Amino acid sequence: MIGIEHYVVVSTLLFVLGVLGIFLNRKNIIIILMAIELILLAVNINMVAFSAFLGDLVGQVFAMFILTVAAAEAAIGLAILMIYFRGRGTIAVDDANQMKG
Amino acid sequence: MIQTFAFYLFAVLMIASAVMVITARNPVHSVLWLILAFFNAAGLMVLVGAEFIAMLLVIVYVGAVAVLFLFVVMMLDIDVAAMRAGFMKNFPLGIAIALILLAELVLGIGAYQAGAIDLGTAAASDAPAMVESNTAAIGALLYSKYIFLFEIAGIILLVAMIGAIVLTHRPSKSKRGQQDIGKQVRRNPDEATVMKQPEVGKGVEL
Repeated sequence: MIGIEHYVVVSTLLFVLGVLGIFLNRKNIIIILMAIELILLAVNINMVAFSAFLGDLVGQVFAMFILTVAAAEAAIGLAILMIYFRGRGTIAVDDANQMKG
Repeated sequence: MIQTFAFYLFAVLMIASAVMVITARNPVHSVLWLILAFFNAAGLMVLVGAEFIAMLLVIVYVGAVAVLFLFVVMMLDIDVAAMRAGFMKNFPLGIAIALILLAELVLGIGAYQAGAIDLGTAAASDAPAMVESNTAAIGALLYSKYIFLFEIAGIILLVAMIGAIVLTHRPSKSKRGQQDIGKQVRRNPDEATVMKQPEVGKGVEL
């Protein structure tokens, strides 16, 4: 029988894969954004699974807000990426030093 | 039985496509694997009876976010080989951090399994559990108790939309068809219109 533990393990694996993706693709910011989407998806699976197994719908309502924030984040992130590419002709983020940060 | 089979099918496919997302050579392939991962996550959510979130995932992620990614990937001219350059160099560090994180999370799940922490029951919520359809129940909750959060979500999306437009909008170089709002507002009838009384049979000189 499938219990809450199965869902927690799957979302843990997905979360770790998202973090690994950020480290592996240090140069490619598009893949980094996709890895962030994977992390948010893992959080969402956790929210929905706990909501279903505890019989409390609030978790699913909050999963919807996570979805909203993820969509907004992707839109803004890709817009910033577009203007970065337009200015420099490349999306290599490791030589992004204009702000001397 | 069929539930167990479906769970493992969705879970294994989702993890495998997540691995492909972060290791694929071509960013376009990454986006397509990401879409597969989202579909399988939606399947996992349907299995626990959360149809509304599952369909939202398909519509929002696959229909909007993944298409946005695909659009940007295809619009930018990306040197795939140069992007892959640091992959092997970053591999040991990435694996080490991922393994540490995984170990910590497994430790946490193990502690939860051992029953050391009492999470309590969800009886405190006054939300109707699963008596009606999932979508109807979420709607009843969302439009009553969480109406302000719902409106804030709308404002977040509006801000994101305006932000994306402002960031990427480039005023066109050509002078034709440009709108100067300040100039339009400053106009007043005295300097914009003239009264003429032309004589019969003559034209008007402006």
